[in-house]
Amino acid sequence: MRKLMTGNEAAAWGVRLAEVDYVPAFPITPQTEIIERLSEWSATGEAACRLVMLESEHSMLTAAGTAAATGVRTFTATSSQGLLYAMEMLYTTPGWRAPFVLVNVSRGLASPITLEPDHNDVLAARDSGFLQLHAATCQEVLDLVLLAFRMGEDATVRLPVIVNLDGFYLSFTREPVQVPDMEAARAFLPPYDARALHFRAGEPSAQGVAVLGGAPYSYFRYETHLAARAGLAAFAAGARDFAQRFGRVYRPVETYRCEDAEFAFVMMGAFATKAKSAVDGLRAEGWRIGLVRPVMLRPWPDEELAQALRGLRGVVVVDQNLAPGHGGVLHGDVLATLYQAGVPGPVVAAFVGGLGGRDIALEEFAEMARVVRTAADAGKSPPARMLYTAEELRQTRALQAVALGGGV
Amino acid sequence: MSETAYKAMKDLPALHLLAGGTPMCAGCGGLEAVRLFHDILGENTVFVNAAGCMTLLATYPHTPFRGSWIYTAMASAPAGAQGIRDALDVLIAKGRLRPQDDLHVVVLTGDGAANGIGLSSTSGAIDRGLDFYYLCYDNEGYGNTGQQSSAATPHGAQSATEYRPAGVAGEKKDLFSIWVAHRPAYAATISADEPVDLARKLERAKGLRGPKLFIALAPCPTGWHFEPRETVHLARLAVKSGLWPLREYVDGQVRHTRPPAPAGKRPPVEEYLRLQGRFAHLFKPQRNEAVLADIQGAVDVYWEHAA
Repeated sequence: MRKLMTGNEAAAWGVRLAEVDYVPAFPITPQTEIIERLSEWSATGEAACRLVMLESEHSMLTAAGTAAATGVRTFTATSSQGLLYAMEMLYTTPGWRAPFVLVNVSRGLASPITLEPDHNDVLAARDSGFLQLHAATCQEVLDLVLLAFRMGEDATVRLPVIVNLDGFYLSFTREPVQVPDMEAARAFLPPYDARALHFRAGEPSAQGVAVLGGAPYSYFRYETHLAARAGLAAFAAGARDFAQRFGRVYRPVETYRCEDAEFAFVMMGAFATKAKSAVDGLRAEGWRIGLVRPVMLRPWPDEELAQALRGLRGVVVVDQNLAPGHGGVLHGDVLATLYQAGVPGPVVAAFVGGLGGRDIALEEFAEMARVVRTAADAGKSPPARMLYTAEELRQTRALQAVALGGGV
Repeated sequence: MSETAYKAMKDLPALHLLAGGTPMCAGCGGLEAVRLFHDILGENTVFVNAAGCMTLLATYPHTPFRGSWIYTAMASAPAGAQGIRDALDVLIAKGRLRPQDDLHVVVLTGDGAANGIGLSSTSGAIDRGLDFYYLCYDNEGYGNTGQQSSAATPHGAQSATEYRPAGVAGEKKDLFSIWVAHRPAYAATISADEPVDLARKLERAKGLRGPKLFIALAPCPTGWHFEPRETVHLARLAVKSGLWPLREYVDGQVRHTRPPAPAGKRPPVEEYLRLQGRFAHLFKPQRNEAVLADIQGAVDVYWEHAA
């Protein structure tokens, strides 16, 4: 079935096709439509899940974790402030080794408060122990939800997984989506095997227990890390099977027109599709430039990324997030990968942009390309920059004038 | 329902489902309440723990429970119970768990979490009509972190964070009434040293579906500063002096299950207070008659209205 749907609806379809048992929920803009759709399907029986509204995201994540630890396939979703409110449980539940899937609909964080997207929310969960996949299209949202369950439930992994989609640009944008039929989805994702995870009479178990001392603590933390690294192979195996069944190919790092490239943009999420348009435009002008997009943020696909960047003269990292006092989060991770892998050559030009839903215009991509080429010619990485136009500054100054009582 | 199953001490089960040798302090009043709870509910029970003294009961690789256990966080143990209860219901409904393999789901929490950080998730679980038990061991402070004041710290007590000549100025929060305002299936105050009363209440609750909430007074030797051998004596004095009313809410009514003797015939609160270091400042270097009168007065007024 091919159907026009929003990213939120695509997420709900992924949940329906995964035959999720349980959805603890708490609505937040721009995620709410996912919960509304699942609520409707749960009522009609089109989705065989029990949906319960919690009183906060912190409680919602707790209930998701304990339900998964009791042995049911569990899904939940949030966004922005909600993800941060749940942060204690985001760090807690991976250690239970009880897999479930969380969709985060990215939205910028307060302050100032906003409804529009960037990736600071989901990057705050970067080191929580959740695995993390980033969608760039509505089709990917649906497919990655299925792949996330497959990867997280893999016997070598057993960790919860975040699937991220960008608020507004994906959550509320309709795109044609190929919806797998139920039988095919079931063949790809068999019923949840809870393995040792259960609470039931006659088989008492203790989960989430305290440890005393650094040795057992380190042991279980390292186990979580090794399980997360095992996600690379589990994702690859799942993606191979997915490609065979559905014909759509997923890799931890997508490369677009990189074959003969001298330069590449590195970006995540829906705005990477803007970079693809920019690449097409620049190539038409004679540039040898491509796009490298990490689909997987955790586990960090360092080898695939290093492979994708090998041989380039220059790399433009566009961070749709801001680590105040440092710059962009992705920038640091890309530099670490290049250095660790001993990839010789490329200068790296770092930009922060797209905060709070701010657009990144084609002309800005062109300018970033010129900056990295100049830097490559000089053999020196330039200082990081924040994208902002003179016109934006003029508009903001006008708002400030109003705020200061100057009127319009 | 068999609330008459427990008439005397000899009727209480001696299953010892909670093993000895735990890391709790000697004389812990809360632990005794947990032990009775476990014996009466039976081994088909899962305890969902909120951060507090009891968190260290299960320390890898040991657990003292014959039933199951999960540690969640300080704020959200009731939500943890929600996830388990819902998952068990889903598994039974889908034929993946036999109904006879179902469990009682019990939140285990201290008064700090119950009155403060965890009150929102408790309220939410009651709103949703969650079928669970909730056991608050009330040692009237954040016992696990050195007896700082909690919302349950009584008027006049000295805490580790409020050094005042007259002790804590505020009044102990009436958590029982907050719960009752939610109209749960069942709520009660209990004392491990009134075990027959505790057993009868728990047995009555077992016959009801929905939130079943209990606050156990938990005398705390290290926090209240008394000798561990006095735990039972203090717990009994708390009830007999009228300071810890044993209450029950069911069918829309609150009733008292073990009212103290009438004013003048019951022990004065002083008998209870003077045994505890946290109230020593009310007696030495000189008696603080005003605060002592406040505490006695509040108890007398309570029972005057309760009669």
